[in-house]
Amino acid sequence: MNTNPSGAMHEYWRSLEERARTPEFERWLHAEFPAAAEEWVSEIHRRDFLRLMGASVALAGLGACTKQPLEKIAPYVKQPEQIVPGKPLHFATATTFVGYAQGIVVTSHEGRPTKIEGNPEHPASLGATTVWAQADVLDLYDPDRAQAITKAGQISTWDDFLPELNLALERQQQTGGSGLRILTQTITSPTLGRQLADFAKKFPNARWHQWDPMTRQNIHIATGSGEHIYNVAAASVIVSFNSDFLYLHPAALRYAREFASARQVRQVKGARMNRLYVAEPTPTITGASADHRIAVAARDIEMIAATLAQGLGLVEGIDPTLLADPIPKWIKAAARDLSANQGRSMVIAGETQPPAVHLLVQKINHHLGNIGRTILPGRQVVANPLDQTESVRALIRDMNNGAVDLLFIIGGNPVFDAPVDLAFATALGRAKLCVHHSLHTNETSLACHWHIPAAHFLESWSDALAFDGTPTIIQPLIDPLYAGVTAHELIEAVIRQPVRSAFEIVRESWRTAKPSLDFDFDWRRALNHGVVPQASEEAIAASIQTGQSRALNQSGLEILFRPDPNILDGRYANNSWLQEMPQPFTKICWDNAAIVSPQLAKQEALKTGDVVELEFRGKKIAAPVWIQPGQSENSVTLHFGNGRKEAGRVGRNVGFNAYELRTADALWFGEGLTLRKTGSKHEFATTQHHHAIEGRHMFRAGTLAQFSTDPNFASRMTEVPKRNETLYNPDEFKNAGYAWGMVIDLNACIGCNACTIACQAENNIPVVGKYQVSVGREMQWIRIDSYYNGSAEAPELNHQPVPCMHCEHAPCELVCPVGATVHDDEGLNLQVYNRCVGTRYCSNNCPYKVRRFNFFELNSKLSASEKLGKNPDVTVRSRGVMEKCTYCLQRINAARHVAELDHNRSIRDGEVMPACAQACPTEAIIFGDINNSNSRVSEFKRSPLNYGMLAELNTRPRTTYLAKLRNPNPELASL
Amino acid sequence: MNEAKIFGIAAEFETHEQLVRAAKNAYAHGFRKMDGYAPFPVDGLAEALGKKNRLPLFVLCGGVVSGLGGYFMEWFANVVSYPINIGGRPLHSWPAFIPITFELTVFGAALTAFVFSLGLSGLPKPYHPMFNLSEFERASQDRFFLCIEADDKRFEEESTRRFLESLAPLRIAEVPQ
Amino acid sequence: MSAGIIPPDEQVRTRLSPLGYPSNLLGPRVTYADVNESISSIVLCDRAPAQWWVGFAVAFALLMIFFLAVSWLLIRGIGIWGVNIPVAWGFAIVNFVWWIGIGHAGTFISAILLLMFQNWRTAINRLAEAMTLFAVACAGLMPLLHLGRPWVFFWLLPYPDTMGMWPQFRSPLVWDVFAVGTYFTVSILFWFLGLVPDLATIRDRARRVWQKKLYGFLALGWRNSADHWQRHQTAYLLLAGLATPLVLSVHSVVSLDFAVAQLPGWHSTIFPPYFVAGAIYSGFAMVLNIVIPVRKIYHLENLITERYLNNMANVMFATGLMVSYGYFIEAFMSWYSGDIFEQYMMTNRAFGPYGWIFWVLMLCNVLVPQTLWSRRIRCNPFPLFIVAFFVNVGMWIERFVIVVTSLHRDFIPSSWGSYAPTLWDWATLFGSVGLFLMLLFLFIRFLPMISISESRELVAEPAKANAL
Repeated sequence: MNTNPSGAMHEYWRSLEERARTPEFERWLHAEFPAAAEEWVSEIHRRDFLRLMGASVALAGLGACTKQPLEKIAPYVKQPEQIVPGKPLHFATATTFVGYAQGIVVTSHEGRPTKIEGNPEHPASLGATTVWAQADVLDLYDPDRAQAITKAGQISTWDDFLPELNLALERQQQTGGSGLRILTQTITSPTLGRQLADFAKKFPNARWHQWDPMTRQNIHIATGSGEHIYNVAAASVIVSFNSDFLYLHPAALRYAREFASARQVRQVKGARMNRLYVAEPTPTITGASADHRIAVAARDIEMIAATLAQGLGLVEGIDPTLLADPIPKWIKAAARDLSANQGRSMVIAGETQPPAVHLLVQKINHHLGNIGRTILPGRQVVANPLDQTESVRALIRDMNNGAVDLLFIIGGNPVFDAPVDLAFATALGRAKLCVHHSLHTNETSLACHWHIPAAHFLESWSDALAFDGTPTIIQPLIDPLYAGVTAHELIEAVIRQPVRSAFEIVRESWRTAKPSLDFDFDWRRALNHGVVPQASEEAIAASIQTGQSRALNQSGLEILFRPDPNILDGRYANNSWLQEMPQPFTKICWDNAAIVSPQLAKQEALKTGDVVELEFRGKKIAAPVWIQPGQSENSVTLHFGNGRKEAGRVGRNVGFNAYELRTADALWFGEGLTLRKTGSKHEFATTQHHHAIEGRHMFRAGTLAQFSTDPNFASRMTEVPKRNETLYNPDEFKNAGYAWGMVIDLNACIGCNACTIACQAENNIPVVGKYQVSVGREMQWIRIDSYYNGSAEAPELNHQPVPCMHCEHAPCELVCPVGATVHDDEGLNLQVYNRCVGTRYCSNNCPYKVRRFNFFELNSKLSASEKLGKNPDVTVRSRGVMEKCTYCLQRINAARHVAELDHNRSIRDGEVMPACAQACPTEAIIFGDINNSNSRVSEFKRSPLNYGMLAELNTRPRTTYLAKLRNPNPELASL
Repeated sequence: MNEAKIFGIAAEFETHEQLVRAAKNAYAHGFRKMDGYAPFPVDGLAEALGKKNRLPLFVLCGGVVSGLGGYFMEWFANVVSYPINIGGRPLHSWPAFIPITFELTVFGAALTAFVFSLGLSGLPKPYHPMFNLSEFERASQDRFFLCIEADDKRFEEESTRRFLESLAPLRIAEVPQ
Repeated sequence: MSAGIIPPDEQVRTRLSPLGYPSNLLGPRVTYADVNESISSIVLCDRAPAQWWVGFAVAFALLMIFFLAVSWLLIRGIGIWGVNIPVAWGFAIVNFVWWIGIGHAGTFISAILLLMFQNWRTAINRLAEAMTLFAVACAGLMPLLHLGRPWVFFWLLPYPDTMGMWPQFRSPLVWDVFAVGTYFTVSILFWFLGLVPDLATIRDRARRVWQKKLYGFLALGWRNSADHWQRHQTAYLLLAGLATPLVLSVHSVVSLDFAVAQLPGWHSTIFPPYFVAGAIYSGFAMVLNIVIPVRKIYHLENLITERYLNNMANVMFATGLMVSYGYFIEAFMSWYSGDIFEQYMMTNRAFGPYGWIFWVLMLCNVLVPQTLWSRRIRCNPFPLFIVAFFVNVGMWIERFVIVVTSLHRDFIPSSWGSYAPTLWDWATLFGSVGLFLMLLFLFIRFLPMISISESRELVAEPAKANAL
């Protein structure tokens, strides 16, 4: 488990310390003082100020009364009639990821949505949530949202908009809409699809274009229309060609759950695990979970896939020697493993790979007989899937030709994120009249004549399809806070007037789609469960075409474009939870970087933080370098989405804008990047500075083979004092009632951060901003530690979630002078905020460093709307007090009340779930009563893999870990 | 009658040795209500004048009482008044209670020593007849005084004055009331 | 206006005793009157020397900085300092331990040397005691200011509060409250008790009415009577007896703040003795740094003779060697323990990001004091002053090394961090120095800085005075 950093690596690992010594750092630290020592809202610009005033005025009353929608919306399980103050209700609806639905259940306190959880009945959620779903509730209350319809920046109204719209439409009537265009993002909403079909009927010559910076067009082109559905649980060998199907994927939550379940090791006898091979250019959550990961250039993956196909005897004429070691060995092993597991394996390629690779992959799967077993043909989910690059290119051509009189941009931000070489912004100038519909006033809104504020999905009626085509009806939990309008209503205005409400529009489309005797009943049931029961629609047969593969093997630098792991393509740029979320591996917050490999860094004499000038296709940008172990040697990764100029107070001018280099012919990667050191320096704010584990045993891992011969290898790594090795009575505080405990299964954890954001949402945890993070004052209660193991070129990447351990011999409690942190008889380590005087001694004496301190008053600058989003069951902490994980005490007590009211029964196992455990896609966090030997948590704690972090200090942590197991292929001992 | 007018008769000496000798004689001569004044503590002077000193006893008591009180407070707070699980340590974790017990012992003792040392000497006392003596200021510099007070039962103005003269002082003076 | 007893030309070279020490405590031909005059005139004279005004001005400026820093702290919060997670304690605690340490020499000199009948303490004990008080006052402020919510500091005291709660008596911080509180009280009592006879002396010397009234009031009507002297002496001796274990306990308790925690670099049984030694070390250094200039400015060479300097240098040197031993044992034990965390802590302390500070510490506290082997340096005010200054700086650095370098890298590498003091940290440090000097200058001006009665005693018994 230990890396002993030495020589070059030694120097390489210790990034911060290097900086700590450099004069730049000192100067930077002190230069910013004291102004920058403030909370994150530094100075407010004039425009923000006005906007803010607007918000507070608009929301003056909101705090008191929040309006429920007029239409009848149906609660999940409970009925809305029985609203009891203080008793939250739960409503099923859906959020979308690149257009694909993910079912959620929203908690609503007195009509205020406060928390989002997964919908167990939804196939794309299974009860778990992504970080973005967790953060959506913050977007709802974002005071920087567009709050009024504007014309050329001036506040206007819907009633002023309609006449002007109708005037333009009349002109289009004559030409059949030849000058009429609609630009949308990827859409799965059947209703919107239906509306756009009607639109096409009414304006035959009008055109509907699509652009989504995270487009999955490569897959759609390859399969014809739909996406395959993978039965990950059934696959014992998985080969992924740069597919991040555990994180950046519409079905990530489901696949992660299935993947983890297939790696779950219950007992020693006949322990089985699947085996994951990953070939990818830059570390991803999926790559980190691999048993065999090779870092290869994105451009070489097609070649590798072809070689694999050749290894299986599908193609000929490829010279594997073109590939550098150890790639051929990897391919050989993978090929043998695959053919040994015909029908029990799967090969998957990422949306960033060209269609050819997807075709190859289909070919291989077909050959292995995986189709129909581990891979099911999918439905067409996206409404009108097409090559979005060509689509937007066509639109721009028309605009430049002056052929566009009236343009509707439904959602999205093309001015910011369309391929830079197509020059969308200049073309947009030539459109006679353009209307933009979006949640925030963004770069595109400013370039359009009209801006219509969109209603947040928690404010609107709509619908969407999951990756497998399962429909969900999106129901609002709250009336629009501002003058928000849904896309349905806007399109309706184009097709027919008077405009009906989105409710009626959506209802209508379902009445026509699913005619039934008792529609109201079906409707209500669909709302209750958050899924519309599936009539077995005919699935489009997976078109198995044969792709021609050419052997590529360029040298030189390759540029990679990837969505930002926190804020995706920029749509979450103004979400402070996501901006402050430590990115996987790098732990960067509030920033993005040009990620380079250690080899490249050495060769170019780069240090993390050096600003380089990147030139690609004649365009130049300056970006700070981050040296990332596991990055492929000649690939430079840029995360797009940051560098927003018009995003709100949170998102403005965070990081740099990678879109400035992203061209239509290199959406995901491209050749011919040049990199030049500028000599200037940049400071990253990171929450973890040291990734070597220094021969310590916090994180423990082994192999499946090791486990079957020696199951207790993990618990033996340190010597833990016996319970009775004490002068005192070891059972003085033994309690017959509940004894809460937690197990974190490192074998399941994929490091997706969902727990961190879920905790932040549940426990009203404030954000502190870049400067405060850089001086070590981040507030998240549960953090994901990442440790590298092995060489800097091909390291193992490990994750370890660390919440409070709730030690039975809590070191923090012993040293608190005022008894502000004490134990309750159920074993919780409590923090009494109103007793805390802030000596911070507890934090010093906490070996896990999980305590967080309010160095300033962090909640004083909340806007009226942000206050609505707070969880009323959790105290908002004030300046000068310590805080930390509580095992979600408020949830335990809620469950206790329910149980007591229910004939005073005891709380059932699984009835209490901390926010982190509930959000976790892989069920890596198990919580429960350890006094109950039948509880799941007790079962996990009995596992031979169970160990307590730093238990050798006799802290007796209630939170313990299950050691990670890998399942390496004996053939590839070296890798 | 006019004895009541004066506080006593004081003799002034040049060295502390003379003062001690004088004190011894006076005591031998049967005088009890008298006091010696010197610019610094003179060894044996108090004994010569037959003074008692019970201060140490008080201090001992003060220390013991506050020490025990301290330990009791800690025990009471943790075991009786507010028993709660602190880091899994026993409610009555006596080793942790020792430092405060010790500190409080010292505190009590020191306070007693200070208060009683002044109190027993009748201080603070802004006025005292001795201050009426013109040269008395030199008692804090280089003069040594022996004063036999009027309410001593063997005090008799003439004889006492004669007795003091026999001690060969620098000067003899009546100390007015 | 010079307060000197004997014009410099009349001064005689000090005699050397058989053992080679400069042996006489008082200059030649000193009388009771001389002693009274030379000391009380400093208090009673109408105009303070120019040097006093200069020093006072500097101290006052620093004090204002202190007020500024504290005000901003109370307005904005503890975040204006460099502290963070993991380094949750910074300058405030370093200053606290440093000041407390300095506050140890006073009681040590007065109490322990009194019990050992070391008469050479006479000329310096009063000054040292005053210094103790002021240092402890500065120290006491620090833990209060460093609280996240300073306005509820009194929750650390046992009193029947509305929450029905008590302090958590297992916490070393509560022990601190009692130890420092007791120490401060006892020091004041001890100091004032010693002061009473001298206040009487001043009262008798004073000619101005306000002076007579003021000092008369403070003297409590002291009459130099045998009664007074007897109880005074017993109480003084008892207080000394009590203060002796107290002074040892106080820094032991302070050291427990660290030793009780399980942090590598803090969790060590050698801390109490090694902290006490360190305290006396820095205490004597501070006394020297104050006495040497004062002695010069007020021409007290005949009362504070070279022998005093020599003896203080000896004590400082001895404790310095103990401290060095402490450093060595700490390093040895961390290696010998075979504990991975302890071993890393020690390497990190010496070679980590803050390694250079550690080596400065070695220079100040171990190397420079080695010069004290030479008597010529011990008896020579100027070089002695320099050495003492090094020691004072070194002892502050020692606490920085213990607090910060131990905290910034503890058990879990992922939570390792770094610490950089802000402007306000420095303002607080130097501001507290201002507070200290301010009080000291006022003391020198308005109270007898040398015990007059004890000096008179020495005049009375030259034999005692010149005994070794």
